[in-house]
Amino acid sequence: MSLTLEDIRRIAHLARIRIDADEAARYQSQLNEIFHLIEQMQAVDTAGIEPMAHARDVYQRLREDVVTETNRREAFQAVAPQVEDGLYLVPKVIE
Amino acid sequence: MQWETVIGLEVHVQLTTAAKIFSGASTAFGAAPNTQACAVDLALPGVLPVLNKGAVERAIRFGLAIGARLNRINVFARKNYFYPDLPKGYQISQYELPIVEAGSLPIQVGEQTKTIRITRAHLEEDAGKSLHEDFHGMTGIDLNRAGTPLLEIVSEPDMRSAQEAVAYARALHTLVTWIGICDGNMQEGSFRVDANVSVRPKGSEAFGTRREIKNLNSFRFLEQAIEYEARWQIGELEDGRAIHQATVLFDPDTGETRMMRSKEEAHDYRYFPDPDLLPVKLDEDWIEAIRAELPELPQQKQARYQAELALSAYDAATLTASRATAEYFEAVLAALSPSPSPEGRGGAAKLAANWVMGDLAAALNREGLDIAQSRITPGRLAGLLRRIDDGTLSSKLAKEVFAALWAGEGDADTIIAARGLKQMSDAGELERIVDEVLAANPKSVEEYRAGKDKAFNALVGQVMKATRGRANPQQVNALLKQRLGG
Repeated sequence: MSLTLEDIRRIAHLARIRIDADEAARYQSQLNEIFHLIEQMQAVDTAGIEPMAHARDVYQRLREDVVTETNRREAFQAVAPQVEDGLYLVPKVIE
Repeated sequence: MQWETVIGLEVHVQLTTAAKIFSGASTAFGAAPNTQACAVDLALPGVLPVLNKGAVERAIRFGLAIGARLNRINVFARKNYFYPDLPKGYQISQYELPIVEAGSLPIQVGEQTKTIRITRAHLEEDAGKSLHEDFHGMTGIDLNRAGTPLLEIVSEPDMRSAQEAVAYARALHTLVTWIGICDGNMQEGSFRVDANVSVRPKGSEAFGTRREIKNLNSFRFLEQAIEYEARWQIGELEDGRAIHQATVLFDPDTGETRMMRSKEEAHDYRYFPDPDLLPVKLDEDWIEAIRAELPELPQQKQARYQAELALSAYDAATLTASRATAEYFEAVLAALSPSPSPEGRGGAAKLAANWVMGDLAAALNREGLDIAQSRITPGRLAGLLRRIDDGTLSSKLAKEVFAALWAGEGDADTIIAARGLKQMSDAGELERIVDEVLAANPKSVEEYRAGKDKAFNALVGQVMKATRGRANPQQVNALLKQRLGG
């Protein structure tokens, strides 16, 4: 599999990253090198081997269902660009 | 051409945990904006999610209740998209390995039973709320809801009418509140329904192109939206236009659905396993402990009511519409036990069912009360039923006693004694009244003898009036016939 320039522009758009033509070409070759590496790894026969999620055999630790956080709105909103009536204000978004 | 509607539902059920799914902030509804949004919910740099055991436990409970497979290893994934009420830029959800897969739920449509398959149910976090009104052209963001645990329950496209979809949504609503994983409050958004709707020529195997109706927050809107959408799609196809995949919104004011976004430039969510969260492992002991604590489920109760109490499928479904209703009904039955009815337990059950679904439901409805707030306790209703069963009360008198019970005038026997409502059982007294009525109504007697059946009913009416409704109608009939010479 190899990525076209169109793929690169689409990925950048989805990630909301603005890139120019030079960057697009550079990322295309870099990403394709990564894909090449993935292809090599995928060529290894892994039939019968459990996928590994962590180098050690560990699973997610669970937290008891208790409220531990208190209201720290003032502190958090002190560093927000714009707030009003306790709300964070952002540029208007329209569906 | 005959068309068939095909519907699948995705339901977002808000779980009843005290804290959020990945943080220790409270999930309580209605707090001042952003007072329950902690650093994790705000996605401040350096924070990490830690999974709430209570959310996992509720998902297991649900999986067991629908006979599903519980994935002993399940994985959280990132669903990437940008929106201001999603501060991380991704929602933590489950994708390839959800916690619950392949279950089913029986539904009741009239007297018909049908099983709806449930594809999967996965845990995820809710987003915050955007308030678009009046902030000098800006949008206000409240992140109190961000991180609230949701279970998204996805059905197979097994429903064929709006009525079936509503029956499924209601059955699911009953179940999740029954097992206590959701408060079921639809106004507060605790139970939100998306409907995938398509149409196809009847008899066709292939599915049509579907459109998804988002965020239906009442059963009535669900029904209206599906009916409108199916009619609209059929109209398009009959006019030779194609249906394009899209997301639509239902407008309750116009009763119409309208396009929100076309799926063509569809969201590419670029799911991938969340590196901040390890796979979740469900241990067998934990699953078995949860199974042991499950209450008897609505579908189990329905089967038992039909088999043991000889109730119809419809009655059984109505009595198990909520856990509180079933508990009330069973408390009435328990108070009636040992059954006084000559017909045995089934007769008492039918009598109790009729009163719970009839007069009691009507009285609760009139005052907008839940059955748990009933003004008549199960024990007092049972007291009334006992007096109906032993013939003390005619059905008319029973209604009067019921009204007095509702008004809080004490128990049934007290009311019967205080109002002198006992059905007349003294045959001698009834005979005397019948004779008086016959003597006072020679014209009706003559008409009856001349073959007018109506005249007989008039005489029955006169006797009931003279006894103030306390006479047993069957006894009155028999006695009159006897006196009038058969």
